[in-house]
Amino acid sequence: MSHTPILTIRNLSAVFPDNNGGLRALDDISFDVHPREFVCVLGPSGSGKTTLLRILAGLISPTSGSFMFGHGEQPSIGMVFQQANLMPWRTVMDNIKLPLEVISMDSQTARTKAQDMIELVGLQGFEDSLPRDLSGGMAQRVAIARALIHDPDLLLLDEPFASLDAMTRERMWTELSRIWQARQKTVIMVTHSINESLFLADRVLVLTQRPGKVKLDLKVDLPRPRKDDIRYTSHFGRLARKLREAIE
Amino acid sequence: MTKRLTPILISILSFLLVWHLITRYSGIPNFILPSPLSVWTRFLRAVDDRSLPYHTGITLIEILLGLLTGVLFATVVGYLLAKSRSLERVLSPYLVASQAIPVVAIAPLLVIWLGEGILSKVVICALIVFFPVLVNTIVGVRAVPIALYDLMNSLHATRAQILWKVEVPASLPVFLGGLRIGATLSVIGAIVGELVDAEEGLGFLLQLGDFQYDTPMVFVAVFTLIALALMLYGIVTMLERRFLGWQEK
Ligand SMILES: Nc1ncnc2c1ncn2[C@@H]1O[C@H](COP(=O)(O)OP(=O)(O)OP(=O)(O)O)[C@@H](O)[C@H]1O
Ligand SMILES: [Mg+2]
Repeated sequence: MSHTPILTIRNLSAVFPDNNGGLRALDDISFDVHPREFVCVLGPSGSGKTTLLRILAGLISPTSGSFMFGHGEQPSIGMVFQQANLMPWRTVMDNIKLPLEVISMDSQTARTKAQDMIELVGLQGFEDSLPRDLSGGMAQRVAIARALIHDPDLLLLDEPFASLDAMTRERMWTELSRIWQARQKTVIMVTHSINESLFLADRVLVLTQRPGKVKLDLKVDLPRPRKDDIRYTSHFGRLARKLREAIE
Repeated sequence: MTKRLTPILISILSFLLVWHLITRYSGIPNFILPSPLSVWTRFLRAVDDRSLPYHTGITLIEILLGLLTGVLFATVVGYLLAKSRSLERVLSPYLVASQAIPVVAIAPLLVIWLGEGILSKVVICALIVFFPVLVNTIVGVRAVPIALYDLMNSLHATRAQILWKVEVPASLPVFLGGLRIGATLSVIGAIVGELVDAEEGLGFLLQLGDFQYDTPMVFVAVFTLIALALMLYGIVTMLERRFLGWQEK
């Protein structure tokens, strides 16, 4: 990964106005992300992880500091929010199709692609269901399918697997690794799970308590593809321990 | 369907029966409380001499044009107000003040200004419809979840896409609630205008019946108005069924 970075973040701070001089959520964050890198962000609740993703997605502006994408142009983004964030009036199929509608893809091709995604996340038979009829985990899988369908350059994932059961979660890990490798994507993923981050990431950033600063930038040099039993290796154990110590 | 209709049918039939019995045995003269049968024959006669269909058509046109203009203006203005706090601050005193003036009270003025033809009725109707639709449009658009704007913005959606794919469907439940009120009020608006001064329309027919002690005709006109109001109400209900099915439960 000697390429020029696809994303350069410099001295990024975010302060939210409150009646007490402002609430500092992120403090002087700097790091680079390289093309096709899988970065996980760990940190205690309130350390500004979601805020960081929202800044990168262009939803809010940082209070100070800057971030720049490699070619100067805004990459296409697939985002999974902390809540599933589905449109209650759209069926599963139509929720997943949304990003393709936004880029005006013809609806037949869009349906075919959406059907593939539905199979990927294991929701066959629920194509015409409405969000109100889905469990939390199913809704989250719809959100994941929606984030992937338009083949975005950059995936921003905010605890995408938090509401899934262990079995589905591990299947999604494998699928996400596969998609990430096959489609050459750059991923920034927020998680609370050390296992999850070591299973997926090339690099794990640990943020401090609010205001979030980068406390640890850990390279995860575990061989790929990572199988389930990798967590029993001693190297995995060493990395996990470093992360646990950084998080406290 | 038959299951739902049966109780309604029973209630209508018992209403007619009670009405019939009252006129039959109470000794109230027909020109004060006509019997259901005399209203029915008057209805048939009014259909036959084409007076009822004609005047109903006029009133319906006034209602529909008034409803259309009122809803159109209310939706556009409501959307702009919902999106711009500063515009709302500038305009809302006028809007609230305008609501303090009862449209019924300025109806004679409007008829003087705009003439006794259809136009004055359409305007009265539109004014009466405007406010409830406006308020519900504002409330509906304001209630669109911010998270859905985030979603659309993360996809670099255009303003038009956000409007059609998020704002319209998300605000539709509240908007249709406003339309339901507006549709019912629109009938009142048209009639108020016609009662002030008109040469045609159901309000005119009503007044004519009144002057001529043709009380059955007054009843026919009133029932026709009720039917119009119910029809509009039914159309809004159909729209809700069609577009808000996702909301049920
Ligand atoms: N729009 C906002 N307005 C004001 N304060 C905000 C806003 N968004 C976030 N904050 C504050 O910024 C801090 C960081 O929030 P953020 O959601 O980024 O944390 P997080 O790391 O994602 O936490 P969690 O792990 O619980 O999701 C919190 O204290 C939060 O209250
Ligand atoms: Mg968060």
